[in-house]
Amino acid sequence: MTGKPKIELRGVKKRFGPKIVLDGVDVVVNEGDSLVIIGGSGSGKSVTIKCVLGILQADSGTILVDGEDVTHINGSKREAQLKKFGMLFQGAALFDSLPVWENVAFGLIQGRGVSRKAAREIALEKLAKVGLGAEVANLSPAELSGGMQKRVGLARAIAADPEIIFFDEPTTGLDPIMADVINDLIHSTVRDLGVTAVSITHDLASARKISNRIAMLYKGKIIWDGETKDIDHSGNPYVDQFIRGSAEGPIKMEVRR
Amino acid sequence: MNELVERLNIFAAVGRVFLAFLAGTGRLMIFTTDAVSHCVRPPIYWYLVLTQMVRIGYFSLPVVGLTAFFTGAVLCLQIFIGGSRYGAEAFVPQIVVLGITRELGPVIAGLMVAGRVAAAIAAEIGTMRVTEQIDALTTLSTNPVKYLVTPRLIAAVVTMPVLVAIADSIGVLGGYVVGTTTLNFNGAVYLRNTADFVTQGDVVSGLVKAAVFGFIIALMGCYHGFHSKGGAQGVGQATTNAVVSASILILAANYVLTSVFFSR
Repeated sequence: MTGKPKIELRGVKKRFGPKIVLDGVDVVVNEGDSLVIIGGSGSGKSVTIKCVLGILQADSGTILVDGEDVTHINGSKREAQLKKFGMLFQGAALFDSLPVWENVAFGLIQGRGVSRKAAREIALEKLAKVGLGAEVANLSPAELSGGMQKRVGLARAIAADPEIIFFDEPTTGLDPIMADVINDLIHSTVRDLGVTAVSITHDLASARKISNRIAMLYKGKIIWDGETKDIDHSGNPYVDQFIRGSAEGPIKMEVRR
Repeated sequence: MNELVERLNIFAAVGRVFLAFLAGTGRLMIFTTDAVSHCVRPPIYWYLVLTQMVRIGYFSLPVVGLTAFFTGAVLCLQIFIGGSRYGAEAFVPQIVVLGITRELGPVIAGLMVAGRVAAAIAAEIGTMRVTEQIDALTTLSTNPVKYLVTPRLIAAVVTMPVLVAIADSIGVLGGYVVGTTTLNFNGAVYLRNTADFVTQGDVVSGLVKAAVFGFIIALMGCYHGFHSKGGAQGVGQATTNAVVSASILILAANYVLTSVFFSR
């Protein structure tokens, strides 16, 4: 299942003003891996992904994609890099001014210059892949339920056949059954398309289902990284506390701000 | 020692405000350069430019037309009252057309459009920011500045002069209606005096101002929307900031432009 390194982060640091969010993140994602990054709220999971995508610039450290340094690239080089990526956002982040099918086809029409007619065909096909029929294609995103919006977001993420897909909290805010449907979809998408996936979540049921590797982020560092089946006997007190979901342990919640 | 540190705190506070001001100015400059440079770098989304022209220009017509009408009407009344003290009532048409084309047309239209359009732009882009739609644009290999900001800038700069030209006409009409109905001016004489007096320079200077105001309105709406933070409150804040800063900048730019035109 594991191939050559697809994404490598070496000592990535990022701070916002005085607040250090990432304090030297080191992680390697191999081709075909499905890595889940777990960690408490505000531990820098989203920031890690945004640094890889170039939405945020890392302060120091190196980010390699396919062996190429992408830490500080800009303009057309960045756009070429981004063509490899698809992303499912936490709130789906669908464009509410466009109908569902144009949302899915957006990257094809704007980014790759596919004609609207051909892009619509591809969009319908991708919507079918996530279990949505042609009848939703002309609806506006506001008319869909949360779970359907996530599915449209997933269809948009896979529309341009990316090599790497990021999932930001894919199951947050969904009921347990819909969460499981989304997990199944992610699992089958990753397996069928043979893509490299990086997900961030604090939902452990979801993490176990969609990943073959788990890394835990705590205080801006990766403190544990291993196969999903080893998560229950990691021997790491921080990981143990996190999967038990206990308030007692080495991780102290900063209740006072 | 502690006392000294406490006394120095005032410098820290002033310094923080000053540094924040400099950082904000720098951010605005970078944003402006980026947005303007995209106006001359293809591809340009012409379809979006057209949509925005309809939203910024066409849908502002009723509100701009109404304000221009009443402004012209009240201007006519006031000048008549003021002029009658010197027996100068006959100059009402000339002063109305001068005031409308040089000052009140562009400024009133600019402020009304700032309230209507800068707020709408800031709220829309701000919501897109806080719901991660702008990040989503980036991941779909689309430059958010090119897609969102440039069409609005082009549309506002192009449509504002047209709006102001219409506002000028309606403003003069407002003066004409009041002048001929309540102030007993002869309609033909009123129009004759207006047309003979107004020069090309009066109108063109007003239209140049309008284009600058359009730029300010779209830029402030986009800038504050783009940099909004947090949730609903952040978007509300961005909307307020967009309208206030656009209005102030319009009035300041109006003074600068007038002094430039006047000195020629």
